Amino acid sequence: MCGIVGLFLKNEALKPQLGELLSAMLITMTDRGPDSAGIAIYGDEVSDMIKLTVQSASPDEDFPALEQSLHSLKGDNPKLSIRDTHAVIHANANQGDTIRAMLMSSHPNIRLMSYGQSIEIYKEVGLPKKVVERFNLTSASGSHGIGHTRMATESAVTTLGAHPFSTGSDQCLVHNGSLSNHNTLRRQLNREGITTQTENDSEVAAAYLTARMNEGDSLGEALTAGIADLDGFFTFVVGTRDGFGVLRDPIACKPAVMAENEDYVAFGSEYRALVGLPDIEQARVWEPEPAQVYFWSH
Amino acid sequence: MTDKPSKPPRTEPVQSATFTPAVNAEIRRAAATGIYDIRGGGTKRSVPHFDDLLFLGASISRYPLEGYREKCATNVTLGTRFAKKPIELDIPITIAGMSFGALSGQAKEALGRGATAAGTSTTTGDGGMTEEERGHSQLLVYQYLPSRYGMNPDDLRRCDAIEVVVGQGAKPGGGGMLLGQKISDRVAGMRDLPAGIDQRSACRHPDWTGPDDLEIKILELREITGWEKPIYVKVGGARPYFDTALAVKSGADVVVLDGMQGGTAATQDVFIEHVGIPILGCIRPAVQALQDLGMHRKVQLIVSGGIRNGADVAKALALGADAVSIGTAALIAIGDNDPRWEDDYQKLGTTAGAYDDWHEGMDPAGITTQDPKLAARLDPVIAGRQLANYLKVLTLEAQTIARACGKSHVHNLEPEDLCALTIEAAAMARVPLAGTDWIPGKGF
Amino acid sequence: MPIIDLSENGLRHLNETLQSQAQGTNQQDWEIINPRGSHAIAVGLDAPINVTVAGSTGYYCGGMNKQASITVKGSVGPGVAENMMSGIVVVEGDASQYAGATGRGGMLVVRGNAASRCGISMKGIDIVVEGNIGHMSAFMAQRGNLVVLGDAGEALGDSLYEARLYVRGSVKSLGADCIEKEMRPEHLAQLAELLERAGTDADPASFRRYGSARQLYHFNVDNASAY
Repeated sequence: MCGIVGLFLKNEALKPQLGELLSAMLITMTDRGPDSAGIAIYGDEVSDMIKLTVQSASPDEDFPALEQSLHSLKGDNPKLSIRDTHAVIHANANQGDTIRAMLMSSHPNIRLMSYGQSIEIYKEVGLPKKVVERFNLTSASGSHGIGHTRMATESAVTTLGAHPFSTGSDQCLVHNGSLSNHNTLRRQLNREGITTQTENDSEVAAAYLTARMNEGDSLGEALTAGIADLDGFFTFVVGTRDGFGVLRDPIACKPAVMAENEDYVAFGSEYRALVGLPDIEQARVWEPEPAQVYFWSH
Repeated sequence: MTDKPSKPPRTEPVQSATFTPAVNAEIRRAAATGIYDIRGGGTKRSVPHFDDLLFLGASISRYPLEGYREKCATNVTLGTRFAKKPIELDIPITIAGMSFGALSGQAKEALGRGATAAGTSTTTGDGGMTEEERGHSQLLVYQYLPSRYGMNPDDLRRCDAIEVVVGQGAKPGGGGMLLGQKISDRVAGMRDLPAGIDQRSACRHPDWTGPDDLEIKILELREITGWEKPIYVKVGGARPYFDTALAVKSGADVVVLDGMQGGTAATQDVFIEHVGIPILGCIRPAVQALQDLGMHRKVQLIVSGGIRNGADVAKALALGADAVSIGTAALIAIGDNDPRWEDDYQKLGTTAGAYDDWHEGMDPAGITTQDPKLAARLDPVIAGRQLANYLKVLTLEAQTIARACGKSHVHNLEPEDLCALTIEAAAMARVPLAGTDWIPGKGF
Repeated sequence: MPIIDLSENGLRHLNETLQSQAQGTNQQDWEIINPRGSHAIAVGLDAPINVTVAGSTGYYCGGMNKQASITVKGSVGPGVAENMMSGIVVVEGDASQYAGATGRGGMLVVRGNAASRCGISMKGIDIVVEGNIGHMSAFMAQRGNLVVLGDAGEALGDSLYEARLYVRGSVKSLGADCIEKEMRPEHLAQLAELLERAGTDADPASFRRYGSARQLYHFNVDNASAY
């Protein structure tokens, strides 16, 4: 069970404050999820570049080795920017697949948190405040972002078990609730070639959406299909390169509050998460309907 | 000798082990009525239980305690985590939640008298707190259920602890049922329902779902009661490791785990028999969850479901529980299913010990009924004394065993004092098969 | 008028102070400032005092209220006035899920919209919503009255018992055993009284009444699909 926050900026002038605003929202949700926390920031993209965010439990050993591997690649040297246990690889877009394959084969201790043109995902075990501090998230800037604080229900409290989950380029998902048929879905997805790394039900939801989008569904279509295929209780907030989407299951017991004004669209599991946003008193505050896909994009 | 052609021996009639007479009778009943079978009680099937565990008494490497002078203490404190007024019990045995409505007023009074005499608590059930029970129970735990029948802040403030019921062992995931026959005017008044109708109960709480929202609900309950009362969270046996961890994370002072042997007033037989796991499979995972969170003995664990004698009590404590709760056993102690009413049981088509159609409200013992004539058969004073006696015996038996294991407090019993007779019990209780050091099951 | 600043003094102080107001207290009127979406504001009150909350709250505002008049100048989170016993709670903005859940008496007024499960398991409370209500409202509603000026979502009054539902707008769908019923003079009179008590201006004649068909009161196999 968990707390979810999301912020989609309509007003470009707020971009430098994205990390600060989102971090504050996330920390307010600490009570809902003391086990681990994570944020996906959709920050600046440079054309023809790709970003891969990776994590290691032993960064001092693994990242120098990674740097060496990156330098041995053909073409321009990818850049490695280290932040605590995470690092962001900036590479040419055409190096993306090579790097992902290299990570899997030569650096099994390094986990891929996200990849894409815009997305960076930081997530770790621990209180949201600590997670925000160690990755310096208050200084992040970008167009939109999603955050999550976790109270693990059935799978373990680990870094990998934390949300957001990314199973596709610039895609991520956070989840509040508890699915009931995820084991069956996971096996099905595995047979279709989509792998998951944890026992976490939320990761299955992320993989499911990615699988459908790989087959040509838009995010909206994939989410709509999810209403029928995913059983259980869920509020999902999904991020893509251009925006974010929200979906609640048909029974809709898990909370969801949205706020919108000229400057932003915000999401929080509780209204409390939104009180610090600029001009919140004047924003339109409402609750998404069950079984209805909502989406905002740039 | 003549060679008369004689009839060949007949095939011995054999009843199927799958389609037994009882199963066939149930199929016929379902075909005739179109409704599932409803009954009270817990599982009647034989499942791995405490009988499959044995204590390793003192011998040469361990020394026992003498009786009497060499004390074996039995007290337990519940609610030390957050409550301003934790509960002190003289014995590690409490009376589980059973509703007024399911039980007669006299039966509730008897439970209150007996528990008070023994220095322990009773618990209200689905329907609210009665004056009789508050009056006769020195320590009263008030259940906070999905139905919220009779719920009010005054009773919350005059109880001694609050038990948020997520589920119970007989039917984890199910609601409560009290069919029309037992909704007397008084019961209907307490529940804000019309008299005489079938009452359905919701399976989820009306205003929260999930441990993250439960945390906020517990905050509200604490704010209403000035943070005085210990808050218990009760679940039926299903995923005891996760359930215990989540109860702790949502702010519980005490976790109550009820195995499938735990009784209900009335629910579908299929639910009782096929949903929920035995208490033996619940305790070690729950204790491990507490230990993993550094909360063992800081958040107390009460277990229930088929506790019958002091050996069961001692075994539950040895596996790591802080206390146990009894329901069915308490009812039997005060006269439920007593053979003295055998003629009446026969008239109902059953026999003493098997009677479980409590929802029909015709209990010859006068316990699970609202009928005034039947209810008058139970004398609450005598019955209260019977319960107190029984609780005393449970305690003495547990102490005897604990002393034989060299313990000066029953809480010092530990898993290493036990071994198992069967592979199932060894795996579930995580203790070795007797005479071996083998504990089946995955590493933990 | 005493003002309690939640951000300065904390929730315990707030509730302790208000809960300790006795029957004949001199301090009749209270204001709570800086609620900032906090939970369990003004819960368990038991005195005929007036409390104004200057802003929006989190869950369970006014929970288990007795006698007090609570006005929220903002919106509220899930479970406002849950299990209220008596008194009145007025929300000037919107209410979230489970508004008035299991309420046993008193009145809850929502000037904006209420979300899903409004009046779930109500046991005698009167609820008036000037806007819309969400799905599964009045689920297993036992007693009391729910008045809605706007529209109602899916499955209104599913499994309800004797509660009365008056809806002026449209009803997306009715739940199990919930049917439209005739509006007779006594219902119009009752509705008028409820609207007046809520300070809501609407014509009773423009409402429709919904209630239990009572088919689920005694189990019948032919109704099995309703379960």
